[in-house]
Amino acid sequence: MKHLLSIDDVSKDEALAILNLATEMREVNTREVRKLPALNGKVVANLFFEDSTRTRISFEIAAKRLSADVVNFTAKGSSVSKGESLKDTVLTLEAMGVDAFVVRHHHSGAPQKIAASNWSKATIINGGDGTHEHPTQALLDALTMRVRLKGASDSGDLAGVRVLIVGDILHSRVARSNALLLRKLGAIVAFAGPSTLLPRTATTLVDEVYFNLDEALENSFDVVMMLRVQSERMNSSFVPNSVEYTALFGLTDERFENLGGKALIMHPGPMNRGLEIASKVADSDSSAISEQVSNGVAVRMAVLYRLLAQESK
Amino acid sequence: MKSIVIKNATLANGSVTDVLIDQGVVQQLGGSLKGDRVIKGDGLMLLAGFVDLHTHLREPGFEASETVLTGSKAAAVGGYTAIHAMANTNPVADNAAVVEQVHRLGVDAGYVEVRPIGAVTQGLEGNQLADLGLMNKSKAGVTVFSDDGKCVSDALVMRRALEYVKSFGGVIAQHAQEPSLTKNSTMNEGAKALKLGLTGWPAVAEAGIIARDVLLAEATGSRLHICHLSTAEAVDVVRWAKKRGINVTAEVTPHHLLLTEDAIGEYNTVYKVNPPLRTNTDVEAVRAAVADGTIDIVATDHAPHAAESKDCEWGEAAFGMTGLETAAAVVYTTLVKTGLIDWEKFQFIMSTKPAEIGGIAGHGRPIEAGSPANLVLFDPKHEVIVSGNTHSKSQNSPYIGMTLTGKVTHTIYNGRLTVTDGRLVELEGNNA
Amino acid sequence: MTARTVLDAQDIDRAIVRISHEIVEANHGTDNLLILGIPTRGVYLANRIAQAIAKNNPGFELEHSLGRLDVTMFRDDLKSQPNRAISPTQIPVSDITDRTVVLVDDVLFSGRTIRAALDALVTHGRPKAVRLAVLVDRGHRELPIRADYVGKNLPTSVTERISVKLTETDEEQSVVITQ
Repeated sequence: MKHLLSIDDVSKDEALAILNLATEMREVNTREVRKLPALNGKVVANLFFEDSTRTRISFEIAAKRLSADVVNFTAKGSSVSKGESLKDTVLTLEAMGVDAFVVRHHHSGAPQKIAASNWSKATIINGGDGTHEHPTQALLDALTMRVRLKGASDSGDLAGVRVLIVGDILHSRVARSNALLLRKLGAIVAFAGPSTLLPRTATTLVDEVYFNLDEALENSFDVVMMLRVQSERMNSSFVPNSVEYTALFGLTDERFENLGGKALIMHPGPMNRGLEIASKVADSDSSAISEQVSNGVAVRMAVLYRLLAQESK
Repeated sequence: MKSIVIKNATLANGSVTDVLIDQGVVQQLGGSLKGDRVIKGDGLMLLAGFVDLHTHLREPGFEASETVLTGSKAAAVGGYTAIHAMANTNPVADNAAVVEQVHRLGVDAGYVEVRPIGAVTQGLEGNQLADLGLMNKSKAGVTVFSDDGKCVSDALVMRRALEYVKSFGGVIAQHAQEPSLTKNSTMNEGAKALKLGLTGWPAVAEAGIIARDVLLAEATGSRLHICHLSTAEAVDVVRWAKKRGINVTAEVTPHHLLLTEDAIGEYNTVYKVNPPLRTNTDVEAVRAAVADGTIDIVATDHAPHAAESKDCEWGEAAFGMTGLETAAAVVYTTLVKTGLIDWEKFQFIMSTKPAEIGGIAGHGRPIEAGSPANLVLFDPKHEVIVSGNTHSKSQNSPYIGMTLTGKVTHTIYNGRLTVTDGRLVELEGNNA
Repeated sequence: MTARTVLDAQDIDRAIVRISHEIVEANHGTDNLLILGIPTRGVYLANRIAQAIAKNNPGFELEHSLGRLDVTMFRDDLKSQPNRAISPTQIPVSDITDRTVVLVDDVLFSGRTIRAALDALVTHGRPKAVRLAVLVDRGHRELPIRADYVGKNLPTSVTERISVKLTETDEEQSVVITQ
């Protein structure tokens, strides 16, 4: 694998190899010296055209733990019409000698475009593109599920695990990448959300679709993943208002009680406490939200290692 | 001027004949004709020169993408003898000065008749009517008006425009796209858009405007033309309107006859176009609509873009694809070769009817003694792998690398060869 | 291709017992001993050495004194090798300070694996001392590294291959040189 652009590019074997490598990286992260020399001398550029402090820092720590040099390029709102084009930005950094670009972009497909162009020979890692995909998030979510449901040293897939993803499916790159990856790993994936944010065609991506959260929660899911709902959705007639959203699609204390502690609760962050997820739920023992963050570093180390540790052929 | 004889060419009605051309006019049809220059027409179709009702020539304002001259050359190579230049230039063709300039540039180029289309509203902004009457009275004699690229979405403005142009026999060519339903939309709505994380462009955004506008055309008794119809839903609305007797005509582009949204693959910006490429169901619907007459004509929506406008993120890329040089082959491949239409219909949708809608005399006429010599010879046996080597200034052709059947071998504009043996004839001086 | 057995099953067993004695003797007992095997076969040898020590020294607790150390990420030839599988590292104590670590590997050749192991080890802390036990030392060192406990010194030519077979992974148990 030269690039990580979409979960589509990742075979089941490759995904398991990354997860198993990430398991070892989790161990590295507990050592006294949390640093490996594997990527010594490599340059990883975080190319962020969209704000995301947590993803950038996660990639930065991951790359630094592998001894790579990290440079950060942040250009919010850069476009052809306003200032430098993506092409010129990439050409400039390429000329300075970059081995990998972690690309975060507000446009779907921007990492694919860089990879398909002749602008750069570097490895491209999708750090989240528009409303398309966020493959490393899906990998860290899968690792978190495996660790919590099957134990830290498990090296198998997620066959039979039932996962419900709730919220703004239409605009969620996390939902897309998770649906692709988890099904590849044998899980049964369902979407739930208001019909304005969950298109009819979503049945092409998952096994089950629910427009009523309470009905969905009756179907014994092992994992319930809540998605962040942007306030701008309320202003463009997707949802009447946040009170109604919480009442119909929020993981409230009451809904959480009804789950009886049987489901693992996840959220890719950042959370709107009190909107899509109640504060008590996020902080409960059933919640794996902070583990998702720490597993993020391990998974990104594994991805960087697999893509960069060997000379490109 | 030297006379030309085309030997043994096949006309749309299937008859094989020699044709003598002199003084810019078809002089005689028959056997064993003689002339200064002889063109072998064996196996070739001799048709009325093609007329495009929808071309973006980009001049003035965007000469890096195309000029009237380069666009005219591309048109000639594609078998066209007349093209209609869309109004979304800079400055916008919303007044007599700009349309006269474009018209003049067309005459100077000399490869095809360039008929400017006037904007419906000032600056294409959809609020105030442009100088419709003055553009009509100008030397350019504009009769087709369009805000193409943008929809005249305000119902009252559309109604007034339809009413206003009626007095001088004008037609409003509507770019049917409800803007509120297509905010940030870049590709057809559906599973593929969901997968790629792109905002979908629903069919109803097109069909809804068409439904409104055919009723406005009926209410005002005016003539309406629908640009680049792309969905099965829109076909149904136009079919209903025609059955009801509403004075509406409709066009489809070659790319909507051939390509589907699947061509986009992983964000290939060449296939970003407005209206977007649709599904196979839609492609079948527009093909059937051409065959049954619901769609009247094929128009290219030739939309050249400089390389940097396509060599970027999908979201930043410009909408549009070129089409003049490949249109005839695509239409032949998708409609004639498949048996959906015959040669007479091919000539009708490529020449006769667009000339009529555009109100352009001297084009799209039956090939008979006395007709102006605007003609094209087309070889339906010739298979071509489309190359990026174009006469258009831009290379954003969606067909590069594809194999198409059919090739324009000769184009005759006003009795003069602009294309011979598939090659452009370099003209010297003004209409020499 | 010629193959020559240089150690048979019994030779290997004897060598392991002898090394275990030497380790305890040099350490003046088993206090603070930590035996770490380097994957793959070093792990099995470390296991056997630790078992042999425990047999004669009842105070030697395996669960606090035996582990494994993966060195893949510390290798200096990562770039030229295809993605090597990484195996788990297990250090059975939270703090290796004041421990005498005995690294165990099957064959000592260029010394590069041991260099990687030393780098890997210091990410876990600062041991009091590090020793090296190998079943076979075949020479041709490329780094200033030597073994403290050696099962057998085997002068070889660079082109020869040494294959160590142990019952844990292989059908038989032997050390074979092939040309």
